[in-house]
Amino acid sequence: MPYSEAMMESVAKVEATRPQRLAEAKEGKHYPRLDQDEIEQILKKYHPDYRDGTKRGLEVGAGKGTVVPNELAELLEARPMLNPGAVDLEQIDLDTDVLVVGGGGAGAAAALTAAADGVDVTIATKLRLGDSNTVMAEGGIQAADKEIDSPTLHFLDVMGGGHFTNDRELVRALVRDAPAIIEWLEDMGVLFDKDEEDGTMRTLHGGGTSRKRMHSAGDMTGAEIMRTLRDEVRNHPDEIRVLEFSPAVELVLDDAGRVAGAVLYNLETERYLVVRAKTVILATGGFGRLHIQGFPTTNHYGATADGIVLAYRAGAGLRFLEATQFHPTGAVFPEQNVGLLITEKVRGAGAQVVNVDGEQFVYALETRDVESSAIIRECQERDNGVVTPTGRKGCWLDSPMVEALRGAGTMQKDFPAKYRQFMRHDIDISELPMLIYPTLHYQNGGVAVSPDAEAERENLYLAGEVTGGIHGTNRLMGNSLLDILVYGRRAGRNAAKKSKETQPGRLTLEHVEAFVKEIEGSGIDTKLTSPMLLPDYAGKLG
Amino acid sequence: MATELNRVERQTPPDDEMVSIFVMGKEYRVPDALTIMKAIEYAGYHFIRGCGCRGGACGACATVYRTADNYRIKVGLACQTLIEPGMHVTQIPFYPANKAIYDVSEAEPTVEEVLKHYPEIARCLCCEVCTRACPQDLEVMYYIQAALRGDVKEVSRLSFECIMCGLCVSRCPAELMHYNVAILCRRLYARYGMKRAEHLANRVREIEEGKFDEELDELVRMDEKDLVRAYESRDFEEA
Ligand SMILES: Cc1cc2nc3c(=O)[nH]c(=O)nc-3n(C[C@H](O)[C@H](O)[C@H](O)COP(=O)(O)OP(=O)(O)OC[C@H]3O[C@@H](n4cnc5c(N)ncnc54)[C@H](O)[C@@H]3O)c2cc1C
Ligand code: SF4
Ligand code: SF4
Ligand code: FES
Repeated sequence: MPYSEAMMESVAKVEATRPQRLAEAKEGKHYPRLDQDEIEQILKKYHPDYRDGTKRGLEVGAGKGTVVPNELAELLEARPMLNPGAVDLEQIDLDTDVLVVGGGGAGAAAALTAAADGVDVTIATKLRLGDSNTVMAEGGIQAADKEIDSPTLHFLDVMGGGHFTNDRELVRALVRDAPAIIEWLEDMGVLFDKDEEDGTMRTLHGGGTSRKRMHSAGDMTGAEIMRTLRDEVRNHPDEIRVLEFSPAVELVLDDAGRVAGAVLYNLETERYLVVRAKTVILATGGFGRLHIQGFPTTNHYGATADGIVLAYRAGAGLRFLEATQFHPTGAVFPEQNVGLLITEKVRGAGAQVVNVDGEQFVYALETRDVESSAIIRECQERDNGVVTPTGRKGCWLDSPMVEALRGAGTMQKDFPAKYRQFMRHDIDISELPMLIYPTLHYQNGGVAVSPDAEAERENLYLAGEVTGGIHGTNRLMGNSLLDILVYGRRAGRNAAKKSKETQPGRLTLEHVEAFVKEIEGSGIDTKLTSPMLLPDYAGKLG
Repeated sequence: MATELNRVERQTPPDDEMVSIFVMGKEYRVPDALTIMKAIEYAGYHFIRGCGCRGGACGACATVYRTADNYRIKVGLACQTLIEPGMHVTQIPFYPANKAIYDVSEAEPTVEEVLKHYPEIARCLCCEVCTRACPQDLEVMYYIQAALRGDVKEVSRLSFECIMCGLCVSRCPAELMHYNVAILCRRLYARYGMKRAEHLANRVREIEEGKFDEELDELVRMDEKDLVRAYESRDFEEA
């Protein structure tokens, strides 16, 4: 039996209410959406961001006072892992025009774009090229390219999703560049889901969208984009140098205070490498592996906030890091799958979220923060959750509804990766619902950037999840794959252009020395060093 | 510090729920029912290679193993495969495979193009070892055969879920590089075999012509109350 006896009893209740729920869904009826007042209330009361004692203001650095989650604050107030005296900056190991730090979607897009402008590009990345959050993205990528849609509507959806806190200039660029990004991918040979006859993109809704503009490649959209970008990077070995297992551990400045390279650390030989670059693009992704508030995460192994640490020490400003995105539907059963994402597209395709009695308590396509809050309320306060044998609680995501609404076999056909993942544990998700609870998913905020992808520091550019502002305090599904490519391309273009007009001066790590002094002067007593590079699960039961 | 209410601190289980596994020949006692990846970590390893998404999506964690009382070599993903008592495991963090360099904008979706880059696929012995090795249960041999016919559409269909873990490559007696053949074919099919999205090309042109610039500028400047109102009065496309 795939689920425990107690869980199966609850499944029977879900099956009992399903015909009625299906009948209503077929008539286009759904659980009422919350209005703005109710949204505000439920977030304040149940969203993890609002829990007391989980965040604090930074005590050191240029952004003193900026409020961030405790786990991130500890890394930002930790000692640099690199002792500035341990490397000789006169000994340059590598000279390049544009150094891209991070080999996920944003980094690869930046590198390809910069290389196309005829400059010498180096990608330094922590794991293998493409080991990233990008490869894990399942659901899709937004772009307003259908007749009944428009960039304007897309703009409104993005702003509403972010509770109107977003940087509007950044959003403008995001939605305006979006269709051209899809076309760029189409040109490169990305296998989008399309109508065979006429090439029309098959698009769906996501949480908070007013039009069906979610483009997908099965339930492996990110993997399909990432492997194609990686293949294309590897088609340019003479223009793009790739250094794997070589994370950046510190940015290097020049005597004029501009960013002028980075110190890399070869994880295998444990040696430092000094790279001098005319411009640097940080594309290091997010922070899921910090396990904010003890949550499990959907993120890949290397999502440890390194880029934020590096940029902060170099004096760049941070934004919106007080808001963390929890994805409403993380797996809670079986234990081996805990934290893994179940894409929002399953709800987009018609699966409802129901409690232990098979009853709905929230509209399935609220924005993520609202949906998560409702699930937490249902499990923790109302005690209507299903309890697993290890004592976790969750609600059901009623995937068999998708089969009834869209035809038998749809779960396997449209969500092959998820189908397989559960079948490994004898759970057939076309017949049985999945147990879910919010999981740590996305770093809404990050380092401040301009629409040209520039940081506040000269010669530093950023793209992707490491940045903050585009999504305000809450991102909608499908806008991150979009933003990493929009801003990856912008960063690549602008960093290449700038590299033709700038010459690095004498290299220094004085900013790091100053940071160490500031920590010592502040009385912070820390044993931690940062960047973290890799989480340490050795000897632990994860 | 606050912690998630739903957090479950897992304790080391009692001794009768511990099993022995052998990591590169060395014995470790680990809790039963872990994945190979978590068991190796529990044993005290801190991965550098051989670990990526931790969710079956990236292909970083190819692993070869044998179970007790069975002579066969088995392979799988460390993050997805459950341990068995007495198993011997070792990871294959890297397995060499050459990749063709090509310009997709000048390539053709033909058998000649595929063979130009990967002539060795003609050596396939039809032994199905690749298919048996694939942790994604793909019909690897059939996609190689489809590539040999230049049927890039069929290769795309059969190989779409390939995560490029390299397990097929590590086992193939004909020394092929299956996943690189597959991605070449998929890119050729997506670029040349599928119809282009006309609505997309139209929208890109409209944007270049500045069709939405004024509306967008207006939204950027609008005061927040009006923006909220515009948001709330959106109409919704039916699901
Ligand atoms: C499971 C999952 C599903 C998702 N689904 C969707 C979806 O359907 N739609 C959507 O739009 N978004 C989705 N997202 C979000 C989206 O995938 C990510 O936000 C986005 O891909 C981030 O891209 P990136 O290039 O900024 O970072 P990443 O893709 O994470 O790449 C960062 C890279 O930087 C490297 N790196 C880190 N630190 C260093 C260092 N110190 N030095 C050098 N390199 C370093 C990392 O190893 C990695 O290769 C999903 C995310 C997850 C985790
Ligand atoms: S393992 Fe190699 S030789 Fe055997 S069927 Fe597969 S591709 Fe052909
Ligand atoms: S086809 Fe080969 S590389 Fe692709 S998933 Fe299967 S075994 Fe791995
Ligand atoms: S770690 Fe990515 S597939 Fe196993």
